[in-house]
Amino acid sequence: MRLKKMATLALAGVMGASPALADLVFPSLSYRTGPFAASGIPFADGYADYFTLLNERDGGIGGVRVQVPECETAYNTEKGVECYEATKGLGALVYQPLSTGITYQLIPKVTADGIPMHSMGYGRTSAADGTVFNWIFNYPGTYWDAAAIMVQHAKDVSGGSLEGKTIALLYHNSAYGKEPIRTLEEIAKNEGYNLTLIPVDSPGQEQKSQWLQIRRERPDFVFFWGWGVMNQVAVQEAANIRYPMENFIGVWWSGAEPDVLPAGQGAHGYKSVNFTGVGTGFPIFEDIQTHVVDKGLAAGDGQSIGQVQYNRGLYAAMLAAEAARRAQEIHGVADITPAMMRDGMEALEITSARMAELGLPDFAPEITVTCANHSGPGKALVQQWDAEAKVWNAITDFMTADRSVIDVLVKEDSAAFAAESGITPRSCN
Amino acid sequence: MFYREAGDFKTSYAADGQTFPIAFDRWRYYAVLAVAFLAIPLFITEYSANAVLIPFLIWSIIAIGLNILTGYCGQVSLGTGGFMAVGAYASYKIMTAVPDLNILFVVLLSGGVTAAVGMLFGLPSLRIKGFYLAVATLAAQFFLVWLFNRVPWFYNYSASGQITTQERTVLGFAVTGPNAAPEAKYLFCLVILFAMAWVARNLTRGRLGRSWMAIRDMDIAAEIIGVNPLRAKLSAFAVSSFFVGVGGALFFSVYLGAVEVGEAFGINKSFLALFMIIIGGLGSIFGSFAGAAFIVLLPVFLKNVMVGGLGWPTDIAAHFEFVILGALIIVFLILEPHGLAALWRTVKEKLRLWPFPH
Repeated sequence: MRLKKMATLALAGVMGASPALADLVFPSLSYRTGPFAASGIPFADGYADYFTLLNERDGGIGGVRVQVPECETAYNTEKGVECYEATKGLGALVYQPLSTGITYQLIPKVTADGIPMHSMGYGRTSAADGTVFNWIFNYPGTYWDAAAIMVQHAKDVSGGSLEGKTIALLYHNSAYGKEPIRTLEEIAKNEGYNLTLIPVDSPGQEQKSQWLQIRRERPDFVFFWGWGVMNQVAVQEAANIRYPMENFIGVWWSGAEPDVLPAGQGAHGYKSVNFTGVGTGFPIFEDIQTHVVDKGLAAGDGQSIGQVQYNRGLYAAMLAAEAARRAQEIHGVADITPAMMRDGMEALEITSARMAELGLPDFAPEITVTCANHSGPGKALVQQWDAEAKVWNAITDFMTADRSVIDVLVKEDSAAFAAESGITPRSCN
Repeated sequence: MFYREAGDFKTSYAADGQTFPIAFDRWRYYAVLAVAFLAIPLFITEYSANAVLIPFLIWSIIAIGLNILTGYCGQVSLGTGGFMAVGAYASYKIMTAVPDLNILFVVLLSGGVTAAVGMLFGLPSLRIKGFYLAVATLAAQFFLVWLFNRVPWFYNYSASGQITTQERTVLGFAVTGPNAAPEAKYLFCLVILFAMAWVARNLTRGRLGRSWMAIRDMDIAAEIIGVNPLRAKLSAFAVSSFFVGVGGALFFSVYLGAVEVGEAFGINKSFLALFMIIIGGLGSIFGSFAGAAFIVLLPVFLKNVMVGGLGWPTDIAAHFEFVILGALIIVFLILEPHGLAALWRTVKEKLRLWPFPH
């Protein structure tokens, strides 16, 4: 009897929680628990806060309010599938699964269901090829762009040549971490460096033997592909063996405050690439303070505002909102469908002027997405951690990756995917 | 009252030896089958299929498999996740190597491959038992996951190391791949589960099953009465791994569609399967179903109540889920150490006498 009551309650609850049909729905597949929570929480907060800001300040997007139903995945693929199935019926406009595993899982599903997916700077790199992956977007850049930029930076700081140098890639032993290997191997043919691959098994708390190897071999650079708890451990271990931190360069998912703070002074000088600006020095944060934090509507405890991952969540929400706005313009309706959203994403163009208008001047590179290019410009900057002031400082401008190698690899991989799944690439002219 | 035997006469040995000797029980079983095969496909939605029913069916197959080994034959195994991975990767390799082969045969062949691997890792069981065997099978778990991550041949040299399923049909209906209808996927898994549970039930009451149970209860005594321990233990490993391999193949091809070995088949999968059979009831086919239902359905149900119904923040709900699930496991094991199956048996006994208990 009690079970029945509870079931009825649950059913009523699910019904009650579904948003009104006229709302724009942006589900947030967040992970606030599990070994990757340290990176997941600020991102989810930033994502939610931006939409709350739009609702409170502008009354939504184009006059339609926004709903952000949150679903906890714990970075776990099965829970991710459950979350996708649970939220897609609410009229979800775009999915940002925030995990390479879940992204791979959802690529065929969203394609079949006709819902666009935005894997911002992660997921399957070859989804950059819009002729094969109609529904998948990964602007503003891909892992392979990040890898190329890291090589470029290493080359810049070692006087213009990497001939004879060694680079160790310390990576999460999963699809996510393996993603840059091909690119780094290809670029090595041109640049002449030696690549050592050092995998770390998930979740990555145990890295002693890997760092022993680094200590023994003393590579000139350590490139780092980690996430969540793995980042903190790696930075701490690097500090322990006194590895020169300025030669330790993380990908954009391996360079946020929770990653370096535990290592204290030892983390001073650690670098990572980043595709957004850092800090709270942007006009939008005043609006967030007034319209979100002061009203008690902030998603988190307010501690993470302005941190790297928070800003990235904010940026992800901003890109989604802009694409929705673009879709509303193209189709002339305020209440857009997922298919219209896709058109908006494919026609997305964000100029510096627009960024300034949104209160985020110079926050990120300009973006142009086209039918054939779903990954945008592929630009990123290198940031360095200042342990004294506890801030990340951008030490370069936004750099462009050498696309000559990457484009070939993208074509190759997407052609393989197309052959495997029986897709005929569409023409983009 | 419900389970009365008065007036329920048996006139043959076959009737006396059937799985459900009580008429009411038998009719209930037919009713459950009718609901599962006829009613649910009419009302199934994509959410209920992909998030609730299909994982439940697949985990039931895996739990039955582990129950044969651990529950019936007494060989503790922590390698379930690894054997699931063998099933998944075997099905991927077979699918890509022989594109025309029907998915049903792909799944069964994957089970066969897993059975062979399982027997290989079962060999140490002839010399060691108990905790020591648990450690040996744990090694299988880690070795297999490492192998599938390390050797690119297993994932066809793809850049990311992920394996992805392709669309395969049964009688013209897609059962794998993104375009498969929930009804088709559900029925495909259900048919396999039904057939395998039926086989398992009959195996365990036949000569083979009795030799397993003899080994479980006391191996030396079993040997004295003529049970060949080598044959009994290895057959248990083979049959169990076959079930787990089929489950793993379905887990990859029908349920998830894309799999990364470390994440999908990690050590926690082995633990989940072990929890299922302990909570459900060791040495019971029904217990495997009950345990799978408890472990798979309860978290989804709790999540829907706490997040959907009560509107709690997702992280608090996720943490509460652990607390409630953990507490329930402890409570169950204190109230009924032999699992849900034993609880169900007690209920049946009580109902048999109700309303006149003496």
